[in-house]
Amino acid sequence: MATQTLYETEREELISGSEAIAIACAMADVDVITAYPIRPYDTVMQYVSKLKADGAFDCDFIVAESEHSQFEIVKHASAVGARTFCGSSGVGWFYAFEAITVTAGLRLPVVAMVGNRALDDPGAFGVEHNDAMAVRDLGWMLYWVGTAQEALDTALLAWRVAEDPRVFLPAAISCDGSFLTHSQAIVNVPTQEQVDRFLPQYDRGRLLLHPDNPITVAPQVNEDWLMEIRRQTDDAMRRTSDVIREAYEEFKQVFGRGDDSPFIEEYMTDDADIVLVGMGTLAMPVRVAVRRMREQGKKVGFLRVKFFRPFATEEIQEALSHCKAVGVIDRDYSYGSPSYGGVLFNEVRSALYDLDDRPLVQSFVAGLGGREVLVRDVEEMTQMVQDSIDSGKVKQVNTWIGVRE
Amino acid sequence: MSTVAVEVVYRGIFQKTLARNIVRTIVFAARKEGKIGTAFGRYGDSPERNGIPAKQFAIVSDSPEELEENLAVYEAREVDVTINVDDTMCKGIESWAWYGLQPINALTKPGGTLIVTSRQTADALIEDIHQKDSAYNLAIVPASTSFSGLWVYKDDHTDVRILGALARVCPELVRLDSMLAALEDQGWGGLKLTSARNTHDRLATRPVEPGEGSEDEPFSFDLPGWKSMEEGLVIKGVEGGTGFRGGSLGEGYDPIKSNASGDTSYEPTRNAVFKKFSTRSMRPVINFDTCIKCTLCWLQCPDTCFDVTPDGLYDANMEACCGCAVCEAVCPVADCITMVNESEFNDNNSQWEHWTKDKDSYHKWMSELIQVQKEKDATRSHGYHSPGTYEAESEAEVALTGDDD
Repeated sequence: MATQTLYETEREELISGSEAIAIACAMADVDVITAYPIRPYDTVMQYVSKLKADGAFDCDFIVAESEHSQFEIVKHASAVGARTFCGSSGVGWFYAFEAITVTAGLRLPVVAMVGNRALDDPGAFGVEHNDAMAVRDLGWMLYWVGTAQEALDTALLAWRVAEDPRVFLPAAISCDGSFLTHSQAIVNVPTQEQVDRFLPQYDRGRLLLHPDNPITVAPQVNEDWLMEIRRQTDDAMRRTSDVIREAYEEFKQVFGRGDDSPFIEEYMTDDADIVLVGMGTLAMPVRVAVRRMREQGKKVGFLRVKFFRPFATEEIQEALSHCKAVGVIDRDYSYGSPSYGGVLFNEVRSALYDLDDRPLVQSFVAGLGGREVLVRDVEEMTQMVQDSIDSGKVKQVNTWIGVRE
Repeated sequence: MSTVAVEVVYRGIFQKTLARNIVRTIVFAARKEGKIGTAFGRYGDSPERNGIPAKQFAIVSDSPEELEENLAVYEAREVDVTINVDDTMCKGIESWAWYGLQPINALTKPGGTLIVTSRQTADALIEDIHQKDSAYNLAIVPASTSFSGLWVYKDDHTDVRILGALARVCPELVRLDSMLAALEDQGWGGLKLTSARNTHDRLATRPVEPGEGSEDEPFSFDLPGWKSMEEGLVIKGVEGGTGFRGGSLGEGYDPIKSNASGDTSYEPTRNAVFKKFSTRSMRPVINFDTCIKCTLCWLQCPDTCFDVTPDGLYDANMEACCGCAVCEAVCPVADCITMVNESEFNDNNSQWEHWTKDKDSYHKWMSELIQVQKEKDATRSHGYHSPGTYEAESEAEVALTGDDD
């Protein structure tokens, strides 16, 4: 196979998060990839088609006539036992939503990349997390990537977990538009041997749609069936945590890299009075700000949520139980939500409710539509959290950061 | 110095691959010295549009922590070296990514260097470049504007010559030997290495003092706050019914008198917050006396840049012209429309107005420009080409540069 000559030795490449995922597709020997262009996701289809044209990757690469068909095709391909990949961004992802919802219901392990983009209108290219966030209630696993390296690694992890018969759920990998999809970083590309060791073949087993295995998939049902079906999917999602943990441990053994936890990244949180929480490339300016504030003697830390679904309630409770206050930075919004806060904020605040000794929790909406979140913005947010600690309560729950008045 | 940033300012499509080659090679070369870097395009630039000014960056640091301070941003805050691969952009740049004109040296650090590929003299370039409060250096790589783009890659050594020049002006970024090694890694040997070394050795640099350069105020626009914006994404349009140049076309309208009286209300209007001054590398010069009023330029211009004048002529509005040269190609009159290199112009005024006011002066101006353009014809690199032009230019270019010794 051509891929084996390309990936015989581990090597460094200067690639974007999108290229990293395209390489992961080749190394995972994905059978069916569907595409429909929308920025910033389309960078993945460019690189997949380049790999295919270069003879480095053999797959069925289907450019559909719309996102809806794009996601329908991989759904069906997955049902007949093909390893699949697709993706989209912003309103393109929304156009596919009928197919996206049924994919989880049918327990099909499609892996998709969401190049996070602001939802129209206005037409804008920049990152906002509301697009991917829309699958949070549908039975998709949902992961926010922080670097191009993590994009490659997470894609491999995604197929491994999604295709585990204990799970059989789709997985979405969210990559911040521009900062991951269009920025090239040094990435360690593993060997094919490593990938083959980590990632078994997809085996659909008794659920395989095939003439030799006569089955019907997705009949119409009434109220007498639906709750049981939902409860099954719920149970599958509950099982993902253990499968992810198990797969991640093996990932670290095979590839020799990885964090302590597959679900969260903790940065200087151990003795922190204030812990900031965020997802994706927000981590970059926040970590810089945390380092600077530490130099000034301020006890600040950062928690990056990687898996948004499943939401690592216990790990997040543990990580935040020792601090005085939490500042959640959302690159999304939820109009009319509790306290008019961000989505992640309300999830984190909810998770902390059961703690006997709860920290204060404050919400920040920042970086919408790809607006840069700067180190000084992070310092400003931290100061607001400190003010809450000093006054003993959060006076204004949500604050918009960096918006022109 | 722990972090060094370089920007490449290029023209969309025509020079996209050139820019990409330059920034990627910088990161590869720095890697040879144990440094870590990132390469990225200015997101939102839309470099898929012909001729639009666009940017790519390379940022190199000693450590990942230092590099992180420069990640998840669209532009470096300041750069050690600005590389401009089309000298017509010395007048400034307005990409799709922002509103207003950014001087070409806007991000260049005090004491930094601006490298321009040009056949003009330093003094001629400085005349166009906006003045700065701080001193910097201007280095010229003698070359015509390279056409090394997305679809056609004219391998004229501009990439390696720029990289050789870069190692000379910024050895703290990367030494020449590392640069040459990185070039070799990419399969560029022989003449290309010689070109890189020669440009490195022969590069002439001229200090530019504070206050030296164009005194023009770069045009800019105020972005409104959320409280002052119209709701529902509504943007006020240009009022209709006011006729050519906003003035009444009614009884007694005299454009000359109107102008003499200082009435500027008849300026024709286009997009109030996006000008295309810097998009073009050429502009049409029109001989109004030979115009037969056939309407073809007005019909065929893809940017509807022609204003119909009260006397039935067609005036190319420089707010809208992208310099594509379609008008020149479709004009049936031999000497009516001539495309002239943008660097020959110092303003964006109406040609028709000039002609209306003083025909002798206009003819003198026009003839001189056409003469200059005829002499320079080999350097015409962008815009509409008739079959065979490209080959002819390539030969002329080789004869002109003869650098490969």
